[in-house]
Amino acid sequence: MGLELYLDLLSQPCRAIYIFAKKNGIPFELRTVDLIKGQHLSDAFSQVNPLKKVPALKDGDFTLSESVAILLYLTHKYKVPDHWYPQDLQARARVDEYLAWQHTTLRRSCLRALWHKVMFPVFLGEPVSPQTLAATLAELDVNVQLLEDKFLQNKAFLAGPHISLADLVAITELMHPVGAGCQVFKGRPKLAAWRNRVEAAVGEDLFQEAHEIILKAKDFPPADPTTKQKLMPRVLAMIQ
Amino acid sequence: MGEGTGPGALARHRDPGLQLASCGCGAWHRLNMALELYMDLLSAPCRAVYIFSKKHDIPFNFQFVDLLKGHPYNKEYIKINPLRKLPSLKDGKFVLTESVAILYYLCRKYSTPSHWYPPDLHIRARVDEFMAWQHVAFQLPMKKMVWLKLLIPKITGEEVSAEKMDHTVAEVKNSLKLFEEYFLQDKMFITGDQISLADLVAVVEMMQPMAANYNAFLNSSKVAEWRMRVELSIGSGLFREAHNRLMQLADWDFSTLDPVVKEKI
Repeated sequence: MGLELYLDLLSQPCRAIYIFAKKNGIPFELRTVDLIKGQHLSDAFSQVNPLKKVPALKDGDFTLSESVAILLYLTHKYKVPDHWYPQDLQARARVDEYLAWQHTTLRRSCLRALWHKVMFPVFLGEPVSPQTLAATLAELDVNVQLLEDKFLQNKAFLAGPHISLADLVAITELMHPVGAGCQVFKGRPKLAAWRNRVEAAVGEDLFQEAHEIILKAKDFPPADPTTKQKLMPRVLAMIQ
Repeated sequence: MGEGTGPGALARHRDPGLQLASCGCGAWHRLNMALELYMDLLSAPCRAVYIFSKKHDIPFNFQFVDLLKGHPYNKEYIKINPLRKLPSLKDGKFVLTESVAILYYLCRKYSTPSHWYPPDLHIRARVDEFMAWQHVAFQLPMKKMVWLKLLIPKITGEEVSAEKMDHTVAEVKNSLKLFEEYFLQDKMFITGDQISLADLVAVVEMMQPMAANYNAFLNSSKVAEWRMRVELSIGSGLFREAHNRLMQLADWDFSTLDPVVKEKI
């Protein structure tokens, strides 16, 4: 059995891995783990990832969680073009810096934006107070601005002149609030131009394919009570 | 110019005091020029960088940025790191933030012993996995414990509700459980028989609640034993020195807290 990637393209980190693997022609079996149906909570999946999260990787007997670790694993194993994770000490450090920063900042904001704006009210049927939503969107705004001011600045891509893992992780995060109807690129021409460059570097078809599901998040049918009960505790823990 | 040009090769230069090394990326780096490390050892990520640098005799100037005095918000520091967070590294003109990125940078630039960040694909992945996981699952609950149990009561004069405390304690215990069952398991260290960056980052995070008199190592003898191994690998003297300021936090006179800092809190 070759490389298996356990993904749900609803999830931002899964999209980054999907795009990276496809773009670099890395052969893999896609194992879809349907988050909406709670498949990540199954006993079968916990054999792959006891932490019960996607993405997860299985390569023979070797299993791995955490998208950043998975991206780095694929980078090293499949010897992808240098620009994804440059050999140059300082350029590589810039990628590491972004990948470390984003966990508690942009990722968190993007996740909360999707859940507070769409997933709670539409999918889980749970109302979200206007204050909570406003606070979440304000926080998102701050982090998107930091992305532009501190990381992108006047460069073509986040870590330098070429696309890297940092851009892939960032763009897939931003598509979360985009899927929720937030216009994160509005009034941000620099960031919008960067988004276009990233999409062009990845390939428009692959980019659209990876984002098909998130862009339809508003149309998800409401969860049935059993599923809702199953998902709620972990959702609440995830977005706090 | 030198003897060989592969990774780790040293070069003799016209200036005999100038030591250069190649880390494999093709560029030559000046090894003996001191780094600037902007830190306050109250912060766990700063302790990881401090311990690692001292352990490997990496030349650096300790730029003390006092969290308790609100120094991260000073104009001078904002120029270094507009995010106002610690630690930051300055290597000539190159400024780097995020302790994980800094640790990886130091490993590569100073060619530290390979067990800290092993070259084996699978073993390295385990380090990367922990380093990624810990941001949300580990660091946040440990920090929260100090805020809720020590800082908020000391600063505001009010205790935090029992419900909130219980919730945070549960979070910390859950993180520790995951750490033990998924990352440590029955191994000596996270990657196996030798200490790595993952153990260093884990231990400094786990020490954080000590400031609030919460001993995270009491939950499990396995974790307690692991901690002793990590401390011994680092060197008890260095470990204690790095944690001195943290352990004294509870005794600090919070009435002298800078009003700006108090407001931010």
